[in-house]
Amino acid sequence: MAVPQKPVEGQLLEGGVPAGRAAPAVIAPGHTFESVTDKISGIVLTKRTPIGWFIGFAVAFAFLMLLNLTIGHLLMTGIGIWGNNVPVGWAFDIINFVWWIGIGHAGTLISAILLLFRQQWRTSINRFAEAMTLFAVACAAMFPLLHTGRPWLAAYWLLPYPNTMGLWPQFRSPLIWDVFAVTTYFTVSLLFWFTGLVPDLATLRDRAQSRAAKVIFGVLSLGWRGSARHWQNYEVAYLLLAGISTPLVLSVHSVVSFDFAVSVLPGWHATIFPPYFVAGAIYSGFAMVMTLAVPLRKFYGLEDFITMRHIHNMTKVMLVTGMIVAYGYGQEAFFAWYSANPYEGYMMLNRMTGPYAPLYWSLIAINAGMIQLFWFRRVRDNVVLLFILSLFVNVGMWLERFIIIVTSLHRDFLPSSWDIYQPTRWDFAMFTGTIGLFLSLFFLFIRFLPAIAIFEMRTIVPEAKLQPEQRG
Amino acid sequence: MAHSETSPAVHGLLAEFATPGGLVHATEKARLEGYRHMDAYSPFPIEHLHEALGLRRSKVPLITLVGGILGGIGGYALEYWSQAIAYPLNIGGRPYHSWPHFIPVTFETTVLGAALSCFVGMWALNRLPQPYHPVFGAPVFDRASRDRFFLCIEATDPKFERYATARFLEGLHPVGVTEVAP
Repeated sequence: MAVPQKPVEGQLLEGGVPAGRAAPAVIAPGHTFESVTDKISGIVLTKRTPIGWFIGFAVAFAFLMLLNLTIGHLLMTGIGIWGNNVPVGWAFDIINFVWWIGIGHAGTLISAILLLFRQQWRTSINRFAEAMTLFAVACAAMFPLLHTGRPWLAAYWLLPYPNTMGLWPQFRSPLIWDVFAVTTYFTVSLLFWFTGLVPDLATLRDRAQSRAAKVIFGVLSLGWRGSARHWQNYEVAYLLLAGISTPLVLSVHSVVSFDFAVSVLPGWHATIFPPYFVAGAIYSGFAMVMTLAVPLRKFYGLEDFITMRHIHNMTKVMLVTGMIVAYGYGQEAFFAWYSANPYEGYMMLNRMTGPYAPLYWSLIAINAGMIQLFWFRRVRDNVVLLFILSLFVNVGMWLERFIIIVTSLHRDFLPSSWDIYQPTRWDFAMFTGTIGLFLSLFFLFIRFLPAIAIFEMRTIVPEAKLQPEQRG
Repeated sequence: MAHSETSPAVHGLLAEFATPGGLVHATEKARLEGYRHMDAYSPFPIEHLHEALGLRRSKVPLITLVGGILGGIGGYALEYWSQAIAYPLNIGGRPYHSWPHFIPVTFETTVLGAALSCFVGMWALNRLPQPYHPVFGAPVFDRASRDRFFLCIEATDPKFERYATARFLEGLHPVGVTEVAP
């Protein structure tokens, strides 16, 4: 192994960087196949669960119970417990739906698009980012489903199946496109996630001590034995799923934006919506990955695997996509003026000076102003500060959806129908409840499944490179 | 390196290597020697290994393509049939067959068909789930999912001869050679 290592693919991109400023490695030096396997599988196979895990899970679980309570009350009473009413028929339910779906997008971007672009730094963050996608989509799907008020009837409103009433869903409606986009997205993300997990589940099966763990991981790993014939089909399928997911993830938030863009409301009827929504989704998703990655690497001592390289790159992706979002805000304001349409013009004036103006200026301050801090290397090096800023980005993107949805609805064409929207405590209970669901699932995930893809980490260990003299 | 003399039948001989390069080299040598019924096991996918084994191209892309095409046709057919034949509704004076509205769902069902067939096809081609396989019986094989690389020459190979094959594998500088019970 004395032959000098070829630079790994990802580092070629950094070719022009002077030595002192070179990007940190994607994995700390000195790691071997054994060390990455033992470190990551040890988190799952340990008998001692850290006390911090119990505390965190308890808090998250309490909010999950709040969600159960809210849903129970909602189904018993009706959606009148929420604040939305004519003219603001869409409020927290759609704001939170769009917010959660957007967060999911970073997971697919990391696992699929960065895989196709051969970005090695995706390797240690893809697994938990994909898990984040699944949990976020589950939270998102709950809102439109419960917004129907009678989810048990929603089956024939939403899904095309031959029912005794002879009814079929209306395929000319973007809301049905949404149903297909979101269910497809969830299914494909689940298949991709599970496919990636199988070789790692086999590792856990082989390393588990307890009988129960051996049986459970044995069943889940499908009898994977690492055969070269299997790896060949596996790698092809993994790349194909990535290739399939790439247009899919772009389509999902485009379809979500059609819910607005296909209508004729000022502030919604805009051609910029699909790219603007997709960029916003990736921006908020990376903020959530950062929010989860910083405590994860700290409490589980994963600094060797989730290095400063990952932190820097995630910050840069947030900066780029955040700037695209800020450009979208500029375009909205520009077209409100340039269209010379009085309704469009008033919509923008209302956003900037109306009753919701403080929220509008907060989101501009965060998504256009605060993110400029990401230009500075000193900010990108400060992990605690980045964690705090990523929370602000999550808030900023939630405010963006609030402003888009509520300001266009509460004052439309007819001043006699204008009204002020105010959320109720049940709106907040439901929203914080889904955060509890998301975090509960995430805590269970990091305790019971490998949060970092072990077999992919093995491929970036230096000794995985084939040496020339070893090739026949 | 224990050669069991008691059991007459074996599944094959399993050579253990410490590096991926050692495995690829040994596989190439075994193929040159004329062995065909063999498989290599590794804790992560290794470039060139399937070439060394002389495997044919994977059929997964074809299965995925067919699944995607069927998904797309199925989605569009469902929309056309339900909107124009089974349940025609006049929506803002649009034609019943208003095809631009049908594109988003057609796209999604194409993706869904491709992804499902890719997933199912890959596991089916690999003949998984398979709860048991003889190589799991070898005590050293636990490390195939951690840090060791294995080449198994199977007893069904016409050129397989218990002692000659074992000697050949020993010559490839493995960590060890084990017999695998059937």
